[in-house]
Amino acid sequence: MNGSARDRATAVLARHGTLLLFLLIIFVFGTQVPAFIGPENLGNIIKQASFIGIAAVGMVFVLLTAGIDLSVGSVMYLGPLIAGFAMRDYGVGVAGGLVVAVAAGAVMGSINAFLIVVLKVVPFIVTLSTLFFFRGFGAYLTSSRQFDFPEEIRTFGLSSVLGVPTPILFFAVVALGAHVVLSRTAFGRQVYAIGNDEAAAAKAGIRVGRVKAGVYVTCSSLAALAGFVLIAQIGRLDTGFGEGREFDVIAAAVLGGASLFGGVGTAFSAVIGATMIQAVKIGLVFTGINLYLQPMLQGLIIFAAVFLDSLRASRLEMLRRRFIRPR
Amino acid sequence: MTTLLSFQDLRKEYFGVPAVRDLTLDIRAGDVVGVIGENGAGKSTLMNMVGGVVQPTDGEMRWQGEPYRPRSPGDATARGIAFIHQELNLFTNLTIAENIFVDQFPSRFGMIDRPAMRQRTADLLQQLALDVSPDTDVDSLAPGERQLVEIAKALHRDAELIIFDEPTTSLTPRETARLFETIERLKADGKTILYISHILGDVKRLSDAIVVLRDGELVEQGAAADFDVPAMITAMIGRALGGLYPERTSEPRDDVLFSARGLTQPGILEDVSFDIRAGEILGLFGLMGSGRSEMARIVFGLDPLERGTLALQGRPLTGGVRQRIASGLAFVTEDRRAEGLLMDAAIADNLSLVAIEEFGRTPLAFLDKTRLARRTGQMQADMLIKAGDIRTQPARALSGGNQQKVVIGKWLMRHPALFILDEPTRGVDVGAKFEIYALADRLAAAGSGVLFISSELEELTGMCDRIMVMNRGEVMGGFDRAAFSDRDILAMAFGKRVPADEVAA
Repeated sequence: MNGSARDRATAVLARHGTLLLFLLIIFVFGTQVPAFIGPENLGNIIKQASFIGIAAVGMVFVLLTAGIDLSVGSVMYLGPLIAGFAMRDYGVGVAGGLVVAVAAGAVMGSINAFLIVVLKVVPFIVTLSTLFFFRGFGAYLTSSRQFDFPEEIRTFGLSSVLGVPTPILFFAVVALGAHVVLSRTAFGRQVYAIGNDEAAAAKAGIRVGRVKAGVYVTCSSLAALAGFVLIAQIGRLDTGFGEGREFDVIAAAVLGGASLFGGVGTAFSAVIGATMIQAVKIGLVFTGINLYLQPMLQGLIIFAAVFLDSLRASRLEMLRRRFIRPR
Repeated sequence: MTTLLSFQDLRKEYFGVPAVRDLTLDIRAGDVVGVIGENGAGKSTLMNMVGGVVQPTDGEMRWQGEPYRPRSPGDATARGIAFIHQELNLFTNLTIAENIFVDQFPSRFGMIDRPAMRQRTADLLQQLALDVSPDTDVDSLAPGERQLVEIAKALHRDAELIIFDEPTTSLTPRETARLFETIERLKADGKTILYISHILGDVKRLSDAIVVLRDGELVEQGAAADFDVPAMITAMIGRALGGLYPERTSEPRDDVLFSARGLTQPGILEDVSFDIRAGEILGLFGLMGSGRSEMARIVFGLDPLERGTLALQGRPLTGGVRQRIASGLAFVTEDRRAEGLLMDAAIADNLSLVAIEEFGRTPLAFLDKTRLARRTGQMQADMLIKAGDIRTQPARALSGGNQQKVVIGKWLMRHPALFILDEPTRGVDVGAKFEIYALADRLAAAGSGVLFISSELEELTGMCDRIMVMNRGEVMGGFDRAAFSDRDILAMAFGKRVPADEVAA
């Protein structure tokens, strides 16, 4: 029947809507400026997307439990900063610095987790407070001055393995690791369960507090790692580093298909979302659109993508409606 | 047989008010025990004590002869007690297997051991004759299948005692039959079952023993064979009800109030036509999935209609919900909690919801609170809504029957001409059912039309002037009161067609 063929088509469209939109964006920019789809530029997009992308993978964990973490921008700043002190003043190497940054992130995540899980304050308020607190602590440490990292960090940041730039490598490892954790471990599946129905999860004997603490620690650790990977390419840390990035990170995760209401999304949501945002940014530069119009266009494109997603959800809902007699 | 669970002078008080009083009872291993009682009789409190949700004020419980004092639901689970609630505790975004193992995944090298999990789940599903893959998302299962997943969960944890609390409310007749088969099978495997339900026929059919609670006390217990449904009702309400249904006090009038002609919506309805006269109660019977509720939604303007016409009091019924309410339609939906009430809003606010615009004053339509309070107060008295202060008490705090009265009262505030009642007595206890029937009779006596949709055939034959039967989105035929026959009506609901001459008379 004609109707059902059309239904099937919309079903396919609905299921892979984000991916198709992504390809459409690449295609449109590609026809405008052929260099946009050159391998060099595509590699560049992914490399630059890795910063937001790594943090967005962590954000997916939090969003899956129907939580939110607004402090990631500040964690991106404070984590690498503490690592910087360890490297400059205590002679810790680059690898050690990376570990320190991630550990510092984990500590910040634990603070968020403590306030959310033990003191039972809503995540939005907790992470809004720690957004100011973490950045403020960094400003105190540096007296709001730029912090210069030892030169060797850039050697690491600009290095590549078998022709693959280090940031992309980190991005890939983080995304794959997160995918395995979310889909193949008890912790991961319990994250999904909590996002679906927290009360039922508690009744089913899941240690809800522990799992929720885990997602905030994961999120902050990955945010700190993201910050460190980007700093390693720049070599210095400005006080404003990471400011406002929490919104890029949340937008990337949601754009890729994670729901703010919990229970829906995968590690790859973050990969697609972050890459898409970066592709738009670079595409706008390529097409030479007025610089001052670009943020507005970005805003529009993000809105359009999320709007399409909500259309998709209601469309899927309709397709699932039961008919009681043949049409 | 040995005693599995026993209560000795068990008592629970809330703020000094006893909900369960000095209850002494033994539950024998391997029995199916039916527990009945009106809402507020203490069934939930008793089950909550067994489940570790609340702790007794006094008295003692023994499990397999040992003192049993559960502090949390986890304690009950650990002893081998499982609950199958009305609202299921499943995660719709996970698979069946994941739901069963969600609190304790089998792991190998830190990863979930999927093959082991799948195998065990497949075994459990096979035991329950549920023929789906363990990897199916719960989201895509029908209510009856989801319930079987809950039962699989109980089996997985080696539950000895499985407590069913109103398990059939959201099931189709076929799913219900399957549930009963499952319960028989569990019994054959030596499991002990507590079965709580308002559907007394089911309780009688399933149970070995029946326990009747009233006002927190055990008023009667005995072998199921010694009870019949009237005896059960008498025990529950403490007096003979004098029939389950009130006398009809009026006859339908001659004028046609509402007519539907050729209603067609592909995939849902096919050429549905019928009339309702003023003062008539028209019953609409059909199995789950026959299109009863779908038709009600279409008539009310909630869902699209491709072809066909509707007329109320001689005027065509068109437009959206607002317009149809203004024309005189009222719709009491089958899902009272989600669609019929603002559960957390005050009763008075719920009552004034539909008619609120009539209480505007001045061009800016500030509410005339005095008049509104007077009318809602009147409505409470009129409808015999048993509540405290209706301006502060939320609808959630009422019993099912009183909630339903609030829903009907909310519509009555606007004096509608046609009432659509979709499963108005679902989840309502026997006493309150009677009051709702009496209310339907009052509406009809006042000249309104009533479309009474129900899956309980008995209440339709008890209350209606005519019954119309639907199957797969079509009207199969109809019966006048004199011609009511359970067997014929059921046969028609299952698809046996008879001349539909009387329906669209």
